[in-house]
Amino acid sequence: MASQYKIVVGLEIHVHLATRTKIFCGCELVYGDTANTHVCPVCLGMPGSLPVMNKKALEFSILTGLALNCAIAPFTKWDRKSYYYPDLPKNYQISQYDLPFSEHGYIEIPAGDGSNKKIGIIRAHLEEDAGKNTHTLGNFSAVDLNRAGTPLLEIVTEPDMNTPEEVGALARELQRIVRFLGVSEADMQKGHMRFEPNVNLHIERDGQVFKTPISEVKNLNSFRAIERSVAYEAQRQYAEFLETGKTLQMGNKRTYGWDDAKQMTVLQREKEEAHDYRYFPDPDLVPVEVDDAWLNEIKSRLCELPLQMQNRFVSEYGLSDYDAGVLTADRATAEFFDTAVKLGADAKRVCNLLTQTGLKLANEKGVTVNQLGIGPEQLVQLAKMADAGDISATAATTIFEEMAVTGGDPMQIAEQKNLIQKSDTGEIESLVDQVLAENAQAVEDAKSNPKKAKKAMGFLMGQVMQKSKGQANPKIVSQILNKKLK
Amino acid sequence: METLKQLRDKIAAGEVKSVDAVKAIFERIDTIEPKVGAYLSLCKEQAMTQAKAVDAKIAAGESVGSLAGVPIAIKDNMCTTFGTTTCASKILENFHAPYNAHVVEKLLASDAVIIGKCNLDEFAMGSSTENSGLKQTKNPWDTTCVPGGSSGGSAAAVAAGLCSGALGSDTGGSIRQPASFCGVVGLKPTYGRVSRYGLVAYGSSLDQIGPLTQDVTDAALLLNVVAGHDERDSTSISEEKAPVQDYLAELDTPVDGLKIATVPHLNAGADASVQKAVEAALEVYKQQGAEIVEIEMPYFDYAVSAYYVIATAEASSNLARYDGVHYGHRSRDAKDYVEVYSKSRDEAFGTEVKRRIMLGTYALSSGYYDAYYLKALKVRNLIRQDFTKAFEQADCLMLPVSPTTAFKIGEKTDDPLQMYLADVYTIAVNLAGVPGISIPCGFDENNLPIGLQIISEPFSEDQLLRIARMYEKHTDWHLRKPEL
Ligand SMILES: [Zn+2]
Repeated sequence: MASQYKIVVGLEIHVHLATRTKIFCGCELVYGDTANTHVCPVCLGMPGSLPVMNKKALEFSILTGLALNCAIAPFTKWDRKSYYYPDLPKNYQISQYDLPFSEHGYIEIPAGDGSNKKIGIIRAHLEEDAGKNTHTLGNFSAVDLNRAGTPLLEIVTEPDMNTPEEVGALARELQRIVRFLGVSEADMQKGHMRFEPNVNLHIERDGQVFKTPISEVKNLNSFRAIERSVAYEAQRQYAEFLETGKTLQMGNKRTYGWDDAKQMTVLQREKEEAHDYRYFPDPDLVPVEVDDAWLNEIKSRLCELPLQMQNRFVSEYGLSDYDAGVLTADRATAEFFDTAVKLGADAKRVCNLLTQTGLKLANEKGVTVNQLGIGPEQLVQLAKMADAGDISATAATTIFEEMAVTGGDPMQIAEQKNLIQKSDTGEIESLVDQVLAENAQAVEDAKSNPKKAKKAMGFLMGQVMQKSKGQANPKIVSQILNKKLK
Repeated sequence: METLKQLRDKIAAGEVKSVDAVKAIFERIDTIEPKVGAYLSLCKEQAMTQAKAVDAKIAAGESVGSLAGVPIAIKDNMCTTFGTTTCASKILENFHAPYNAHVVEKLLASDAVIIGKCNLDEFAMGSSTENSGLKQTKNPWDTTCVPGGSSGGSAAAVAAGLCSGALGSDTGGSIRQPASFCGVVGLKPTYGRVSRYGLVAYGSSLDQIGPLTQDVTDAALLLNVVAGHDERDSTSISEEKAPVQDYLAELDTPVDGLKIATVPHLNAGADASVQKAVEAALEVYKQQGAEIVEIEMPYFDYAVSAYYVIATAEASSNLARYDGVHYGHRSRDAKDYVEVYSKSRDEAFGTEVKRRIMLGTYALSSGYYDAYYLKALKVRNLIRQDFTKAFEQADCLMLPVSPTTAFKIGEKTDDPLQMYLADVYTIAVNLAGVPGISIPCGFDENNLPIGLQIISEPFSEDQLLRIARMYEKHTDWHLRKPEL
């Protein structure tokens, strides 16, 4: 099918910003509390109340805009977007219309073949979220306004994505970016990120390109749903095109929902309603001037972005793309790893220690790896001990775990726990000789029975290790055994 | 009757108890109020508690605020945790605000006693208080006449001696015009001088709270209390940009070499009695050495048109929240949530409010926005420039407040356009955001008061009040009281 059409997707993304308080009042942002317990006259839209901009929310937004390579407007303002809905207490939403704080950027996403693809960003603007309507009271609906006034960053991309995987990759990449920047928890389950793909197909036939009507799929909040809804829409639109020949016209954009149980999109609105939101500048809020000093101050908070870091870990440190991806899933791990490598540890060794032990421990404790009580210097020391053969890989794990408990020095722990490997060749050679003398059959198999040689070798190896109480350096044991059995 | 300042000084000196002053006012209200109808609600309990607290402070020798123990009335579009805040609308008839407006906090902090909440045109939309959804207020000088509006209740209460002073709000003349109709002083401060937090919004870019008082001194005293930056109102000016003055300090010092601008073609539009009174007032200034400069204000004539686009556009959005969902009147007949909106609003909003919501909605609609709203904003800018130029040539501008004196109740209710045009002298001041004051300057042949409007540069209330005081000192119009 893929060759018969090109999928064209643009995304609208809503991101909840992780400010302490709401965007226009002092109420704390708390998820999942008793309904209407984090509200005040302002976010309730009480008569006479006035909004005051949360500066942090704008700074978080600008920081994200910078990370998305957007131009930051030196002058931005607030507009009222009017529509009536019970979860919107003022019946207008404070948003940004013609002068958003940022425009014209791009985001790089992994293209899947090791290269990156640039996806254009049309604009990003800041607005207030609405509350939530619930329908569990029989004849009545209830409104919870705890969420009303949550700072919401809306990002609109160009229709530059051409596969469901690319759409998923962008969503994941954006999640990673906002987490790196510390501007959002980006917890999909808590609705911190909501996605709305606009999907259509470009179908080439007889040298002519036919464009199918655009479908907007509303309110997706899982990566899987994003990818599957796009894949589903592509097939559905192609089938519809074959059947009806319908193409994109003004006003024939349709709105769909995603039915996760049935794994299909469900039509919500046939025609794009000609909504008149009657935007106009909010007279209660003053326009915001973002001067150079302020902008530079925000710029100084930028960090290396996750994809750049991931690519660097591959090209500079020789990690696999997979490992680099795991390490750059969050900023703390990525920077902890990077610091350790820069302090002289072997990248692959540190990567293994962190991905196999560190992340597991951190996860169990509900912290990030840099909060385990182990400094990067200690990790470097541990990695070097393992590299030098002073300890086994298993011992390294044991020491790592112990360090996370006691915060102790890795060498001391190794000594206390008797985990230092013996590398004295003379001593090991005498152990090998003893074992060879005691196991004539195995020696015979190893030397001259190709079918059993491997097994016999392993057995002899094990015997030597046993005799050394596990403290012999297996590399050296193996070298000596090999030499003697030739 | 004593002025606010006189009563305050007596109470602070222990000569009069606040409790007695407040009781006396409530007794007067009992007899006079039925004839005037200035109040929508009285807060006797809260007032007596407050009065006792002030008396206790004085008895204990503690220092008291600048409004210690004096009975103050506020327009019922300012939120109070006590009583109701109705905006004279059926949609908020039983609404109890969960917080106090900034000005209410300020009044209470200065030991004022808030005795009641005054009638207004519904949501401050009107010039006669006839648009109140709850009550008809009458002019104390002639109870068959309107008190003006929209702060008609506040103006009538001051004129009838039913409070020592009052707060009103002014969006297009709503303090100055009723002050003029009722023969009291009414000051609209510069936009941003007084916090709007807790003032129920009508036209957010125009609304401003100000005092209605018996004389200029009282206006200065009340402004001293309510002026100042409030971080809860982003449009309130910062202390650095425009520090609050002590408006009483230099009040009695005349402005040296005062230059007054007048606009002859505008004055010509007023009734003969009004023109005569304004000209006579200018004479009083001339006798004190003031120089009169005749100027043109070319865009003034477009103010009413621009205003009724901008104010109604903002109002259509500001009033969207009264939907029957969260608070206020909810229709009993609604079958679904859309009907909750449409029926609740249809049942509870009055005709004028509906008219302005419709006008404003239209002006903001796509396809009309540029032709109406955007054009009105451009006109607004030109009007601002008119004022800037005027203040390059003179210290202040003097105009009538209204082309007429108070008119009969019901006389203009069928002709909203006529009513709108009567705001011609006051509206431009709100569009430009500059301060303006109305002071009594005479009476017409029917013994109805006439007001003189003085307008000055942004945040020059100190000078504006001094100029007003120069006139007041040499005249006694403000001392005349209606017989009730
Ligand atoms: Zn709040």
